[in-house]
Amino acid sequence: MEIFLQALRLVFDPYVLSVIFFSSLFGLFVGAVPGLTATMATALLVPVTFFMPPVPAVAAIVTATAMAIFSGDIPGCLLRIPGTPASAAYTDEAYAMTLKGQAETALGAGLWFSAVGGLFGTLVMIFMAPSLAEVAIKFSSFEYFWLVVLGLASAVFIGSSSVVKALISLLLGLLVACIGLENPAGHPRFTFGVTDLLSGVELIPMMVGLFAVSEILRFMVDLEPPGKILKEKLGNVFTGMWTLTKKYRWSLLRGSALGTAVGIQPGAGADMAAWMSYAMSKRFSKEPEKFGTGHIEGIVESGAANNSALAGAWIPALVFGIPGDSITAIAIGVLYLKGLNPGPSIFTTNAPSVYAIFMVFVLANIIMLPLGWACIKASNKVLSVPRTLLMPVVLLFCIVGAYAVNNSLFSVGVVLFFGVVAFVLEENGFPVAPAILGVVLGTMLEENFITSMIKSDGSPAVFFTRPIAGGLAVATLLILFWPFASWLISRSRAAKSAPRASSAP
Amino acid sequence: MKVNDAVWGALLLVLSAAVFVTIRGFPNIPGQNIGPGAFPGLLATALAGCAVILIVRGVRALRAGGRLVVLGAWLRSPRHVGNFLLACGSIVFYLLAVNRLGFLVTATILLLALFLQLRVKPWLGVVIALAAAFAIHLAFYKLLRVSLPWGVLPILY
Repeated sequence: MEIFLQALRLVFDPYVLSVIFFSSLFGLFVGAVPGLTATMATALLVPVTFFMPPVPAVAAIVTATAMAIFSGDIPGCLLRIPGTPASAAYTDEAYAMTLKGQAETALGAGLWFSAVGGLFGTLVMIFMAPSLAEVAIKFSSFEYFWLVVLGLASAVFIGSSSVVKALISLLLGLLVACIGLENPAGHPRFTFGVTDLLSGVELIPMMVGLFAVSEILRFMVDLEPPGKILKEKLGNVFTGMWTLTKKYRWSLLRGSALGTAVGIQPGAGADMAAWMSYAMSKRFSKEPEKFGTGHIEGIVESGAANNSALAGAWIPALVFGIPGDSITAIAIGVLYLKGLNPGPSIFTTNAPSVYAIFMVFVLANIIMLPLGWACIKASNKVLSVPRTLLMPVVLLFCIVGAYAVNNSLFSVGVVLFFGVVAFVLEENGFPVAPAILGVVLGTMLEENFITSMIKSDGSPAVFFTRPIAGGLAVATLLILFWPFASWLISRSRAAKSAPRASSAP
Repeated sequence: MKVNDAVWGALLLVLSAAVFVTIRGFPNIPGQNIGPGAFPGLLATALAGCAVILIVRGVRALRAGGRLVVLGAWLRSPRHVGNFLLACGSIVFYLLAVNRLGFLVTATILLLALFLQLRVKPWLGVVIALAAAFAIHLAFYKLLRVSLPWGVLPILY
């Protein structure tokens, strides 16, 4: 109770509340502009949060991302261009509703069910994270090693079109993490004699390059002209939401639960959650034939899923320091910078701050309703800001933001380098998200690997003989070899059915 | 621009070889069988494995009539190539000029150049470039106390 009151005082402080308010506006705007993503919003916010105390810093990221994931629905609905990748799954559906003159219902559902899904994910996080931490406190370097490998493996194998390319991207990230003095031996590695690299590649400039500059470069070479906004008078967006909630309560529950579960998986975030639950909704629907023609059911389910995934991703981030998606990968960096080192002990050493973060989640999803409503009302104006004016300003912001972290022009060079690298890699089908997980988790992976090897005198058997470590090892190996196994199974099935097929007349 | 997987594989193979050469120079920790080179060595081995898979794939694609390099549509449009080069060039310009010219001048030139390249109306470009440069300077210099250089301008605030 004492902790609860302390957390209340941390959140309901005029400074923190105004940070929440302004980062909400920022998030709504960034999400609503196509080409600016929720991850980019986070990357751009980090240099600013650098100058804040821990709780408002995290609050800024939490609220901005929650708002951005909702407001990505707006251009999807009105322009048929998703504002963030997380809205892409149901953009066609929402646009079809707009063409039928039901834009306000589609937008209202996006808003209302985003908030409900977000709250669901938050509740799961509030109840699950502390109890998970009680188990996790018994973990030693062996368990952590497997946990990190499990996280990295699922980043590679879940939701990437080419496993080899995702794996390469991950390995490149891990190699970048090797740069500098920060290794168990304290030996400077791969620094090319550059003093700025002794402490490793600075995380924030790298993120800004990977997620913001690469996106600007993509805009620069985009040949498609911007879409036309449908000028339409929007009615009350909340009309009929209660009826929809009652009608689709199971879809809502299913979407939120699936979203949270996908969010917990490292490497799979809100966009993956939306795609999966849209497919699931169609699969279990009583009227699957209506999907794609402007049917609200899929929007209810996947709109809830992408917001609940956001909260889900924070569970492994807080408990283990293992990010659930690229947004929490950045947020973990902020937690470390602020001395809120993630890990099971954060619930005892920093309990008020953690409960304050939980409260921010609840608060963000509640104020999403009025602010989102205002954003929908102003959507015509927000969407007509020309991107030719916006993108150069964002680029300047990237440069200054990276420089601000430690007043070094070297960081600006890092931004350019990683911006171009991410652009080229994505053009060639290498996903960037695994790389960032590799960079964030590289040091942790190496430390636990080396510590374990030293403890066991170089014998790898101990990685499997401790009960929890063994269990995690099995889970990891299952994920690692699942694609291979499923390929074998499908081949043997094909071999079995082939003779039957040929004997058929 | 899509480059054939075999080329990527070859590049990555070179990278992992470079890692192997570098870690050979790393010292060992006395009394331990694991040195600072162990982990990067493990990564480089895995990377080399992946690179070989990519090379096999790429060669197969080439045999099936694939091209070594497929230029993206934007590379055929001089305007978009210009956009790309100017965006990268503007960061290089910032790096070279900011300490001499100062933040406000550099930022205004950078923004204006990008605006004009993106075909924003000149008068609007000038107004927004000045306004945005000032706004960002105020936010970072005044509020966040980042020491952005003044350069050729006198200290105004």
